[in-house]
Amino acid sequence: MDTTIEPNAGTGRLSKPPGVVFGKVAAAALFYIVAILIAAAMFLPFFWSLITSFKPSDEIFSVPLRWLPSHFTLEHYIKAFTTVSFGLYFKNSVILAVAGVIANLFFGSLAGYAFAKLSFRGNMPIFRTLLAAMMIPGIVTMIPSFYVLRHFPLLGGNDLFGSGGMGLLNSFWGIILPGASGTFAVFFMRQFFLTLPSDMMEVARIEGCGEFRIFWNIYLPLTKPALATLSIFTFQAGWNSFLWPMIVLNDPDKATIQMGLQAFSYNNQTDYGPMMAGALIAILPILVLFLLLQKYFVQGIAFSGIKG
Amino acid sequence: MLASIGKLNRHQEKMAYVFITPTLLLFAIFTVIPVVMALYLSFTNYDVLSRMDWVALDNYKRLFKDSLYWTTFKNVIFYSIIFVPLNILFSLGLAMLMNFKRFGIRLFRTLNYLPTLTSAVAAATVWIWLLHPEFGLVNNILGWFGITGPAWLAQTETAMPSIIMVTLWQSIGSNMVIYIAGLQGVPDYLYESAKLDGASAFARFRYITWPQLRPTTFLISTMAIIGALQLFDQAFVLTQGGPGNVTKTPVYLIYQQGFKQLQMGYASAQAFVLAIAILIFSLINMRINKAEEPVV
Repeated sequence: MDTTIEPNAGTGRLSKPPGVVFGKVAAAALFYIVAILIAAAMFLPFFWSLITSFKPSDEIFSVPLRWLPSHFTLEHYIKAFTTVSFGLYFKNSVILAVAGVIANLFFGSLAGYAFAKLSFRGNMPIFRTLLAAMMIPGIVTMIPSFYVLRHFPLLGGNDLFGSGGMGLLNSFWGIILPGASGTFAVFFMRQFFLTLPSDMMEVARIEGCGEFRIFWNIYLPLTKPALATLSIFTFQAGWNSFLWPMIVLNDPDKATIQMGLQAFSYNNQTDYGPMMAGALIAILPILVLFLLLQKYFVQGIAFSGIKG
Repeated sequence: MLASIGKLNRHQEKMAYVFITPTLLLFAIFTVIPVVMALYLSFTNYDVLSRMDWVALDNYKRLFKDSLYWTTFKNVIFYSIIFVPLNILFSLGLAMLMNFKRFGIRLFRTLNYLPTLTSAVAAATVWIWLLHPEFGLVNNILGWFGITGPAWLAQTETAMPSIIMVTLWQSIGSNMVIYIAGLQGVPDYLYESAKLDGASAFARFRYITWPQLRPTTFLISTMAIIGALQLFDQAFVLTQGGPGNVTKTPVYLIYQQGFKQLQMGYASAQAFVLAIAILIFSLINMRINKAEEPVV
């Protein structure tokens, strides 16, 4: 890998005259200056909202702006949880995101394993169909999916022909089911299973092990890095989704945290302190998860063949 | 012996179908049926409440005369034309910088990646405050240089550029990671021999890095186009489509038309036309990138 900055590359190979050493130091300095500036710009919005969320209300609106509050206060966090049902929204989002993760890990790896390790006639045609469907933009299926949920037979007061009630609308199932086995999860897990050797499977079969046990006890435990990465992706997608929950869930008691955030900015008199506190609370779980599983995550991205 | 192998294979095949059944069921219910139905609904006057009737091409005729629909289209195309190239430029530049092996590089990468993790809603919420005309950080920083910043989200000229800025901030991190993976896949010997031949840094980029990254660029630009034409969350949170509809997007309109005014038949027609537009732009992108082989 090229670790030198361009102008001196290749010249300092045999001897190192002072100019080259100076060039290297200058290159390193330049790298750090640029990298720090960019990283600071990327991080500044978080830092600024964090500062805002701890400032007393009157100091939020001060000209010229103050970087640090005169004293730290938690009033905005308290307000976020008391004036808006933020705790409830948080709980709803956790339920939805965790259910999404569990469903995708299980169904995604089950199908991914079948596509990678088991031979059956429909294997490639079905897998290609799933992949091709990934290209269909979400907006196309939005309205009909709403229709399907509303007219789901025998559920939510509906009869066998799907009329009469509200079906799965306004229920968490309306969020969980459509995304329970995402094509991405299947694709991602298949790619990982493909890298595992098949001879363990043969041995287990000779020993009389059932197909599900081979999958569950032998292969699945080997995919922990992939499962960890997929967990982050799925949790992030579930936690961050906005439009679909807004469409399906009308009951305020079922609102998610992303919908709840809107409660601060809907009225014309925006309450910036609690709003920043709310935004940070909405970001925190993903951040913690990412930092915990970062090692796997980087591997997973490099691995998943995303690089094309 | 042969008979038992056949039996084993048949058993295996049966189990394979059992394993993929949950996925296929969900796929059928929430992808196949909806796609077919989207087309059907677009020829009806479905409004949730009253009886659904076949109205043939009425929705499409109405749509072509609907100036608001075409305004939203214009908005989102303007957005894409600026957003997609900048996205590639910034994320590739950042990836090349972050590809150096230097002390602390992981920390820098993580910091650049952070915005990607946040939800569009939370990020946009934070930016509402940053872009506040009087007390916002952006205008205060501009003030240090003697510039009086605009009322970013409230002015027609700056509303869409603000959304572009916010979405770029939020998306270049993930594309940076994909580009880093791509850069690390470029074989070192290409650079070595180019250096021996005395190729300049720019020439090495022009004739090695850029062509080698073509599949990566194709992937990133395709995803960016598909995402950009479906812009919703940020436009909804930052500006509510305003001021004067300049940031209203087709998805926003479809959401309003379908779920607020319950004109689902008409909204389906709008969604279908948008989907075709996305397909066309993806094909154009494929041409530009001359990608002969599928990426996935």
